[in-house]
Amino acid sequence: MSESHEGVHRHPAPTSFIRKYIFSVDHKVIGIQYIMLALAAVVVGMVMSLLMRLNLSWPGTSWPILETLFPTGAPGGIMTPEFYLSLVTMHGTIMVFFVLTTAPQGGFGNYFLPIQIGAEDMAFPVLNMLSFWVTLVGFIVILLAIVVEGNQSIGAWFAGLGPSFAGGSGTVGPIGGWTGYAPLSALGKIAGPGQGAGMNLWVISIAIFCVGSLLGALNFITTLLNMRTKGMSLMRMPLTCWAWFTTAVLALLSFPVLLGGGILLLLDRTAGTSFFIPGGLYVSGLLSGSHPNFPLHTGGSPILWQHLFWFFGHPEVYIAILPGMGATSHILSTFARKPVFGYRAMVFAIFAIGLLGFFVWGHHMFISGMSPYSSIAFSILTLSIGVPSAVKTFNWLGTLWGSRIRFTTAMLFALGFVSLFVSGGITGLVLGQSSLDLAMHDSYFVTAHFHLVMGVASIFGMFAATYFWFPKMFGRFMSERIGRIHFWLTFIGVYAIFVPFHTMGIRGMPRRFSSFAEYEFLRNVDPLVLLVSIAAIITIAAQLLFYYNVFLSMFKGEKAGDNPWEATTLEWNTSSPPPHDNFAGVLPTVYHGPYEFAVPGAPKDYVMQTDIEAEVPDGNGHNGHKH
Amino acid sequence: MGRVLAVIIWIITILSVALFLNRKWWFPEGISEHTPAYDRQFLITILVVGISFVAAQVALGWAIWKFRDTGKPGDRAVYSHGSNRLEVLWTVITAVIFIGLAVMGQSVWASLRLHDAPPGSYTVEVVAQQFQWNFHYAGADNKFGRTDPSLIDDGALNFVGLDPEDPASSDDAVTAALAIPVNRPVELRLRSKDVIHNFWVPQLRFKQDLVPGMEIKVNFQANRVGKYELACAELCGQLHFKMKSYMLVLPEEELRALQVLSQEQFQARVAELLNQYQLPAN
Repeated sequence: MSESHEGVHRHPAPTSFIRKYIFSVDHKVIGIQYIMLALAAVVVGMVMSLLMRLNLSWPGTSWPILETLFPTGAPGGIMTPEFYLSLVTMHGTIMVFFVLTTAPQGGFGNYFLPIQIGAEDMAFPVLNMLSFWVTLVGFIVILLAIVVEGNQSIGAWFAGLGPSFAGGSGTVGPIGGWTGYAPLSALGKIAGPGQGAGMNLWVISIAIFCVGSLLGALNFITTLLNMRTKGMSLMRMPLTCWAWFTTAVLALLSFPVLLGGGILLLLDRTAGTSFFIPGGLYVSGLLSGSHPNFPLHTGGSPILWQHLFWFFGHPEVYIAILPGMGATSHILSTFARKPVFGYRAMVFAIFAIGLLGFFVWGHHMFISGMSPYSSIAFSILTLSIGVPSAVKTFNWLGTLWGSRIRFTTAMLFALGFVSLFVSGGITGLVLGQSSLDLAMHDSYFVTAHFHLVMGVASIFGMFAATYFWFPKMFGRFMSERIGRIHFWLTFIGVYAIFVPFHTMGIRGMPRRFSSFAEYEFLRNVDPLVLLVSIAAIITIAAQLLFYYNVFLSMFKGEKAGDNPWEATTLEWNTSSPPPHDNFAGVLPTVYHGPYEFAVPGAPKDYVMQTDIEAEVPDGNGHNGHKH
Repeated sequence: MGRVLAVIIWIITILSVALFLNRKWWFPEGISEHTPAYDRQFLITILVVGISFVAAQVALGWAIWKFRDTGKPGDRAVYSHGSNRLEVLWTVITAVIFIGLAVMGQSVWASLRLHDAPPGSYTVEVVAQQFQWNFHYAGADNKFGRTDPSLIDDGALNFVGLDPEDPASSDDAVTAALAIPVNRPVELRLRSKDVIHNFWVPQLRFKQDLVPGMEIKVNFQANRVGKYELACAELCGQLHFKMKSYMLVLPEEELRALQVLSQEQFQARVAELLNQYQLPAN
């Protein structure tokens, strides 16, 4: 299979520094670049969540550094409501796009998919390089939103570009949440602070990000379908590859819709169109069409934006979590020293989740004013998606049952993933019911649900992946001692943060409020808010351990061999780190399924996919023993 | 290590359940016809959620506790690729429970969203704007005066764009608080002047967006007299968190007396009533 494509993807090892580490076409370098991008972006996102907690628990307290950086957004060092709301928006946007979509797929997927299927590189290496650089441009553009809104003089310069470009509102970016609902996001500065230049840059950044993700998705799909090495049948692929493949299909089908929506939104903002803006609006004392700052709009639909956004937005949730599921299955099996329970069922479950993921976007819109009859269909489809999710959980438990667990840090995080995925996912049973969403919608219960399942669980999948694959990527181990402390603090910390969110939500606390002081019925949640803030500060501080561990271990970590974890898949057949063409010129041949641990009669407790002489009852990963 | 993790998972499970059992952070008491049905469906669902949560965490902890690598040569894991019978079993069981819940849950939705308000309902037009609620009452003639966006003038306090030329508008009143009768169906006609807002009274157990360019009708019946807080629950801009009002649920005769008042008297009386009624203790 690979022979006919060699001309496409084979390229000589680069010699110059720039071609080797900066504008590299090597999927391994690009993977690391994506991971570095995510590591940088997550710092920005985390600092923003820290500021939000400070504002919620210690309102009115002065933080002098904020006054220096944002004299208008935090006069006297005290955060304004619009400053808080821009934190909400940018935290969500940066985390969802530049962390949860980059590291799991562009990072680990890029690095390990070609190696795990026995290929020398991605099918389109140049496209791969472009996809990273386009994504990086997107990140720079979203950071610019902080500058144009936060800095008066730069904001004033942008205002010269037109009414929708006014900046300098003192915030750290636009105000709209990561969902950017129109018409608030479409009207321009007339709708208040944070609706000018920052919002334009927000839309542009997301559009650029869509393009980058599309390039990546095309590459993943082509590579996986065409470049598997001899013997690597689809059902012998590691579950990580299935997850990355399905994720790529989701990205390919959902990002174009967001791209289209984003372009329409940008036209509404800058070209006077009315895709999402209805007629007869009266905003900030002006009627649409009565003033040059507020041109005539008519005939647009705010709900259309929600359909376009969530048609992308729901699959996006699975784009974030599926790679984590794949990594968890992979790592659980390796350190449980036991084959994945129900490999075939796991593959079907990934597919079912991917497919159903396209039919449930309406559950974000139960109370939007869309037809109440479509809500019934969306509600039932949404609860169906819980079935393959539960199947995955059962199979993870099945993998652990009767196993011989080795408690490495990677394994701890994989086990943490299972725990968090259950805790975060199960509340989907509440939110997926249109009836119960009536009260729960846009409450902290929703915030709890998606933070646990798509935020924290996905991140735990990535932590597990980092501790697991670091020796392969850098030839050195991460410190297990620091890793374990990092795990305990983070695992307990995230539960302490997000479990109380549920009861705040049940009590009725709405999200995206910069203060709850106005409402009597929320008086009694103050202690919970404080508990969450303290837990968040500790948990965020604990992440310094991870950064320290990563950068220290790169240079000082204990040296690792080719297969330090006694694992079975192809990435462990090559040196650590792998050579430029992954397998030093000789592509491996695969004889067995990916998770042959504890094979009776085998000399060791694991059989690698390439072990030609090993006898395996059934190497295809089938259930049972049909020899 | 494994045993510590197992114990921590169990402790987290116990603490989480304890937090959910604390009534202090539960819903405020419901005050409408459909809230008992809502609360029942929520309770059933949260029980299923809770049992699944506890079962999964206990099982995970147990597997971590029990199945450790002893390091002894020859002590290997069970060699198994799974069991089709188990896969079918747990797929069917979860499908029945999950989809069953979804189907069961539809009755609350249907009772609130699939029926028009019965005849004789008390109707109020709700017009939201950044960061203020306006409630438009039909007055003694039970007819709403004509409104038009081009007539809106916030400076002249014509927040909803009422047409003074229309005879039906002469007895209309517009206030910043919502007053509705107890034990009588109420229909709200929800509109927005600028961006999306959301009508949220926790005691009513429903949220509904107010979408510019649309008129969305909701109906319900409140069954307890009192004063309740009303919040905007859809991000609408800078002062979103301050977009607050009150809902007064009044005895029928109190409301009738209101209805015949002129705009100024109406507003003054509503202000009096807001002072007179207390917020619920829970």
